Amino acid sequence: MAERKIRVLVAKPGLDGHDRGAKVVARALRDAGMEVIYTGLRQTPEMIAEAALHEDVDAVGLSILSGAHMALVPRVLELMRANGQGDVCFFVGGIVPETDVKPLMNMGVMAIYGPGTPSSKYISDIRAAVLGEPVA
Amino acid sequence: MNLVEGVLAGDRLAIARLITQVENDTPEGRDALNRLFSHTGRAHLIGITGSPGTGKSSLVNQIAHAYRNPANGTQPCKVAVVAIDPSSPFTGGALLGDRVRMRDLAGDTGVFVRSMASRGALGGLARSTAAVVQVLDAAGFEKILIETVGAGQSEVDIARLAHTTLVVEAPGLGDDIQAIKAGILEIADILVVNKADRPGVENTERALRSMLELAHPERMKSISCGRGGRGNKPKESTLEPLNSDIWIPPVLRTVATQGGGINELMTAIDRHVAYLRETGEWRERERERLQDELNHLLQAILVAHWREGVSDSELQGMVSRLQDRALSPLQAAEQLLDLEKIPLI
Repeated sequence: MAERKIRVLVAKPGLDGHDRGAKVVARALRDAGMEVIYTGLRQTPEMIAEAALHEDVDAVGLSILSGAHMALVPRVLELMRANGQGDVCFFVGGIVPETDVKPLMNMGVMAIYGPGTPSSKYISDIRAAVLGEPVA
Repeated sequence: MNLVEGVLAGDRLAIARLITQVENDTPEGRDALNRLFSHTGRAHLIGITGSPGTGKSSLVNQIAHAYRNPANGTQPCKVAVVAIDPSSPFTGGALLGDRVRMRDLAGDTGVFVRSMASRGALGGLARSTAAVVQVLDAAGFEKILIETVGAGQSEVDIARLAHTTLVVEAPGLGDDIQAIKAGILEIADILVVNKADRPGVENTERALRSMLELAHPERMKSISCGRGGRGNKPKESTLEPLNSDIWIPPVLRTVATQGGGINELMTAIDRHVAYLRETGEWRERERERLQDELNHLLQAILVAHWREGVSDSELQGMVSRLQDRALSPLQAAEQLLDLEKIPLI
């Protein structure tokens, strides 16, 4: 039996065109031995949920710098739940005001990583969330 | 609903989950493959290979799109895409970016796109790609497009797996010496010069055509007889096969980002399928592929079986003796096998 690989989708929803952060995260996860699927810019929630489904990922990370997180995050989560992927580890990176953090966490977001988060933080969080649970 | 039933019913979550099991080579994945095998063998497998950056993913996007939106009013085919990107040899991680170019396929439930990491395999595919393709075949996808890692010269495994292999080139990547080297160009059923709006496309096309002339000298001789005097310019159509039993790879120009040349490419793929069916090569290729798969499995199982009976210290001891140059690698292998841990028939 081959080693279990952690598969992560890194996605850029909405209209902001800055994907440097998403690429840095994707690269860090790659260097941590994970298989990272990168979607590219300007994805709709439907495209992201479909990619997560086809790729059977263990984790999904959304990079949002546009301020539209309160609209985009619940929509992606809703679609993924409808697809039977409510158990996937879900994290957000980018600019999220303090007041929005709690509502997002209540929706089912595992963590929100702002600028300056060391890569070791999200790597260990994802490992714990994915490998800590029994493999489905 | 278990995964096998789900896959046969075309359930996308079941397909995705089973592919993961197959990739990880789990007992559940193996069992499912055994049960699905009788439902496979219906899909047309199309391989797309070529150097990094020649536009393979964009071309896959266009081909899949064309199958979903056929121009002549025929039924759209269900299409699956398996896109392979390399794993890091150091960390085992991978960045799978082929989806970025396939955004035209989003939202279409008749298309399934799966990215795969090569996980250390060197032939341009992952070790489990053939098995993943079987899952998609059983799930009822009629066309399965397999995009290899950006291939150099010898990543030719795709020719074994696919019925139709497209080798994608782009202008400016090499001269006519590259074109006559052995390897990837030999496996092409269709040669595609992508990015044909770029300068140098004539040179690339000419190099490929002259390679084909060398590969099929007899046929070319008979054609040049009918061409007239030396000063005449050769016509583009000189690559039509005279004898329908021989498949001469067509050389086609495309501009994948804008859809240029895609209709001609689709026609060529259809012609290749018809050729494979008429000449019986479809069955022949299938037989070779299954033989190949059986050989691989035999090797893997024999090695794994033998490894169970050998301790790490024994193996490491042998490696140390190799390092001391006390014996050669071949002698070491023979000695290890002579331990009779495994009954060699």
